Amino acid sequence: MRHALDFVLVTLVLTDLVLLGSSRLTACIRLVAAQGVLLAFLPLALTWPELEVAAMALAASTLLVKGVAFPLVLERAMRDARARREIEPFVGYTPSLLVGLGMLGAGTWLADRLSADVVRSPLMVPVALSMILTGLFFVISRKKAVSQVLGYLVLENGTYVLGISLLSETPFLVELGMLLDVFVAVFVMGIAIFQINREFDHIDVDQLDSLKG
Amino acid sequence: MALFFTGLGTLVGSGVMAALCYRRATLATRVAVTGAIFGAGLVLVPALPTLFGGGTLVASLPWSMPGAALRVGLDPLAALFVVPMAVLGVLAAIYGARYLDPAHANGTLGVHWLAFNTLIASMLLVVVAQNGVLFLLAWEVMSLSSFVLVLYDGSAAEVRRAAWVYLVATHLGTACLLAFFTIFGAAASSFDFDAMRASATAVPAGLLFVLALIGFGTKAGFMPFHVWLPEAHPAAPSHVSALMSGVMIKSGIYGLLRALTLFGPPPAWWGFLLLSIGVTSAVLGIVLALAQHDLKRLLAYCSVENIGIIAVGVGLGLLGKAYGLPVLTALGFGGALLHVVNHAIAKGLLFFGAGAVLHATDTRDLNRLGGLLCRMPLTGATFCVGSAAICGLPPFGAFVSELLLYSAAFVAGTTGSPALVAAAAIAITGLALGGGFAAACFAKAFGIAFLGEPRSAAAAAAHEVGTPLTAVMLVLSVAAALSGVLAPWVVGSLAGAVANASGTSLNGTTAGLGVAVDGLFFVSLAAGILIAVVLVLTLTRWLLLRRRPIGATGTWDCGYARPSPRMQYTASSFAAPLVELFQGVLRTHRRFTPPVAIFPPSATLSTHTPDTLQELLYAPIFVGISNALASFRPLQHGRVQLYVLYIAVTLGLLLLWSFQ
Repeated sequence: MRHALDFVLVTLVLTDLVLLGSSRLTACIRLVAAQGVLLAFLPLALTWPELEVAAMALAASTLLVKGVAFPLVLERAMRDARARREIEPFVGYTPSLLVGLGMLGAGTWLADRLSADVVRSPLMVPVALSMILTGLFFVISRKKAVSQVLGYLVLENGTYVLGISLLSETPFLVELGMLLDVFVAVFVMGIAIFQINREFDHIDVDQLDSLKG
Repeated sequence: MALFFTGLGTLVGSGVMAALCYRRATLATRVAVTGAIFGAGLVLVPALPTLFGGGTLVASLPWSMPGAALRVGLDPLAALFVVPMAVLGVLAAIYGARYLDPAHANGTLGVHWLAFNTLIASMLLVVVAQNGVLFLLAWEVMSLSSFVLVLYDGSAAEVRRAAWVYLVATHLGTACLLAFFTIFGAAASSFDFDAMRASATAVPAGLLFVLALIGFGTKAGFMPFHVWLPEAHPAAPSHVSALMSGVMIKSGIYGLLRALTLFGPPPAWWGFLLLSIGVTSAVLGIVLALAQHDLKRLLAYCSVENIGIIAVGVGLGLLGKAYGLPVLTALGFGGALLHVVNHAIAKGLLFFGAGAVLHATDTRDLNRLGGLLCRMPLTGATFCVGSAAICGLPPFGAFVSELLLYSAAFVAGTTGSPALVAAAAIAITGLALGGGFAAACFAKAFGIAFLGEPRSAAAAAAHEVGTPLTAVMLVLSVAAALSGVLAPWVVGSLAGAVANASGTSLNGTTAGLGVAVDGLFFVSLAAGILIAVVLVLTLTRWLLLRRRPIGATGTWDCGYARPSPRMQYTASSFAAPLVELFQGVLRTHRRFTPPVAIFPPSATLSTHTPDTLQELLYAPIFVGISNALASFRPLQHGRVQLYVLYIAVTLGLLLLWSFQ
């Protein structure tokens, strides 16, 4: 399963890079959904060849929540807000790609410094850290609220990978709990986006500063 | 203790239920009040036997919070505070159910009742907590829930300002408490009170005492830290003012007493410090009260005075411990603790009365009241009882507690030690001065509001408030009288609590209090006779006036043909002679247009007495801090992306720093 595992991890990095280079929000949501589906394979790949019930439950719920529920909620929010593409991000698409590569390097460097116990694949920790950093960068550099939620999700996907890789005996219950938290958060954010749009006719986060006291 | 916790659970649970049905204000009120009655009743079941029978109930539950344990203990000292909190809490809930008319309530009534029941529960938890972390948590919940209660009428700017002042003041106090418990807990390597007591020799006791004094003194309202009381009490609904002024500020006294039990024998300067703070609070508090025209603000300043009297008692008790005088210790702590209870009764009663006046006339301004005794006889009579009780006049309970304090001072004064004699002289003159001003202050409050002719149309149209409100006030009036008539028994049953507070043996304390108890039988007898005489005279008057016409006519007016109610004494003019004596401290603002010429067209006078300390000390400090922090204002620009960047950069720097 080593190759399958590496394949999933590399694909995760690639989706990150594509995400950084896309301007259409629909495409971005699909990419994050694809990440969710890939993540669902991770617990199975780690416990292979045994098929633990807990791992299967985690895989199934990840698939359902990250692969199906989030895209539906976000696409609905996007449709309601009539926001199609990310216009004028703070950092352009090509520079974003370069930053994404830098994040990958930073993740590798950090993982090296952390000297964490390598579980099954040496790629896991670097990929997880680079996903976290990319997610942070995405939140910081984009304007639309939907993009911010996507960045948050990428960040959370990174912590998911990190959580699975660092703990040799992964407490699946913890992962499930985190999944529930994220689910609630995304749900709330989806609703909030819709409400903000209804009030202000746009979801540009950088214009929310007119609300400050 | 199971009953105690069930009571706390009932309080909080009913509050949550009330908040859940916030759309139906009547239902929310009923749920919360029922919960308060049952919850407080359950709490009283273990508290009353402990108070009168002694003994300590302890319970301990494991808790996953680091450093904390659910260790609670109900000893007589705690029970002495639990009983007034529970009783006044129930009375305030019954009063508030009628006072906040559900029919005209906005949607915040559910939240109000949640905060109200939470406040009662958290106060009760504060006094039984035996662990520093648990204590601080309960303390913070108490502060926050009372903040929510003050903010009930948040649409008014002055209410928001008052709540803000309260929040800042209470958190500055809590900061000191946090330091207190952290330093003490670090030395004891545990936050349990027992462990802290065991390592009392290993801590900088003087520093910790000052921290506790500031922290608890802010909540209690000691003089330099009292500024939130005259802001928050008038702003809060009256039943909340009664609860806060009657018992919540006493949690500061409780905290101070409990903190003092953690230390070993106190140095003498603690006693002198507390004594001088007490005398300052007592005299300046009542002088400030005398100068106010807002009825509830006046009562708030009067609370400062009474907290000062309690502090005088604690100070005398500490001096007794420091100089090894058990009688002084017992009388000082005994007087302080008895005054806690008596002030809770009297101040609760007065705030309920002020609430009834506000309810009937829609104003707190004394200069717009007058003549209410005829229109609201029950409120008037009970307010009169409360006024007499709070001034320490016989036959009411506060007379007994002040008598104990005077006896303590005279015990100290006859020891021959020059320092003690000086302390006694200061205490006696301070108490006497405060008592005299208190009498003047309440002569003004009662006289201007209830006697004479109404000064405004609203006062003229006032009528008696409903049954629950008057019933609550009657109950408290009877309690005030009973605590005076039953003085020897009341003082005798204090022994357990006093022994806890002073850290001396029960027998020694009983012996010390016994010095006073013997004389108290005459007080009790005289009080009974006085009450009987007043009742007989009232009955006689009623019998004589029955079936006779009662007319009203003008007094002789020196030939002036057009007397009007405006020509009565006003709140300003009544207090003017005394207030002018203290002009240097009070700095009363006067706007005076004197009459000129033989036929003056118009003349006006208005006075306003602000809080000197707030104007001269706190306002400049806070304005300075606010200006200094304004330079950081650009950091708060409202851009979410940059906020996330701040967090990311901070985390990155921390990460790099950890690699060093």
